[in-house]
Amino acid sequence: MAVGMEIKKKIGSVENTQKITSAMQMVAASRMRRTQDRMREGRPYAEKIRQVIGHLANANPEYRHTFMKTRDVKRIGYIVVSTDRGLCGGLNINLFRTLVKDMAEWHARNVEVDLGLIGNKAAGFFRSVGGNIVAALTNVGEAPVVADLIGGVKVMFDAYEEGKIDRLFIVSNEFVNTMTQKPVIRQLLPLDPEQDESYHHRWDYIYEPEAQQLIEGLVIRFVESQVYQAVIENGACEQAAKMIAMKSATENAEKLIDELSLIYNNARQAAITQEIAEIVGGAAAV
Amino acid sequence: MAATIHCDIVSAEKEIFSGRITMMSATGTIGELGILPGHAPLLTGIKPGPVRLTMEDGEEEVFFASGGYLEVQPGVVTILADTAARAEDLDEAAAIEAQESAERAIQDQAADFDFSLAASQLANAMAQQRTLEELKKRRGR
Repeated sequence: MAVGMEIKKKIGSVENTQKITSAMQMVAASRMRRTQDRMREGRPYAEKIRQVIGHLANANPEYRHTFMKTRDVKRIGYIVVSTDRGLCGGLNINLFRTLVKDMAEWHARNVEVDLGLIGNKAAGFFRSVGGNIVAALTNVGEAPVVADLIGGVKVMFDAYEEGKIDRLFIVSNEFVNTMTQKPVIRQLLPLDPEQDESYHHRWDYIYEPEAQQLIEGLVIRFVESQVYQAVIENGACEQAAKMIAMKSATENAEKLIDELSLIYNNARQAAITQEIAEIVGGAAAV
Repeated sequence: MAATIHCDIVSAEKEIFSGRITMMSATGTIGELGILPGHAPLLTGIKPGPVRLTMEDGEEEVFFASGGYLEVQPGVVTILADTAARAEDLDEAAAIEAQESAERAIQDQAADFDFSLAASQLANAMAQQRTLEELKKRRGR
């Protein structure tokens, strides 16, 4: 029957798309579990080192390191953590929107912005939008090693140490739960003192061996671990967002198929009715 | 009851230990350290080696940390280890093997030889063995 051919073909292609999206949903679901485990394992270290750094920023050392001094802000740096691949809903776009808004605020205050990008999507976005990209790291993969990330981080870190940038932020998605990922911007440098009433009296650590060396090593490790954790967490966010996006795509395809079948059946019914009418009409004429 | 202090040992990969202890000893960059409750705030690097914890019930546990940082705050000790493990999980054969290969590397220095890397590998392997020996001694008692 010629009448429904186009519709039939369309249904077939939607069904094929649905197969792909539902397969991608399942792949994302299984990957999500793995990436979440990895994220959970890394969290204690990242949290503990943040606490230690918070204590350190509250201390009154005899030696104030560059990392602890707040300078006048003329130029700031962002480390942006995005995904390498798309098809994960609004994950990256939400992140970039938050970032662009924040950047606009700094621009309004005549502050220049440098960008260190991790992930293909950020690189693509800022290439078309424009922005001063000083480092880009793509194809990090699902299980990144700290060593892979250091290169991109080091550019920013050195820029801070040399006084080229006065603040360093990290922009990434925070994993709240499978349904919700929240874009966050956190300050890495200078160190942000932990707000805690009990630390307001003057105190200092005993440093062994030397404050400068020790603080430097610790801060480098802190920045590395924060970036690493952000990348890992963003990976978990990506898989979760992808799973949700693919799930809704599969459901939409289902809805589309239903609608198309209805149209197809209508058309078929109409064709049959018409044929019968023609036969009856023909018979009556004889 | 003896005074206690909270102790956290975390490595980049995972949390190794979290709980209350009465004493800790570890190898700092400039020597052995013993931490008891009420210790002054301290920040130090640690060398690869065993970390001994004495629990509230007097039981001792041995961990291995391959370098990192140790922080003492009133009431809390935190070890940020590069890699850490329960001493029972250490593999003695692997530790000896690692030591031998590091020693070999130091002896016949090839053109692209990284001395500091090999030296740190050697120190790490030796520290693992020290930890294991200590654990054996303890079991033998």
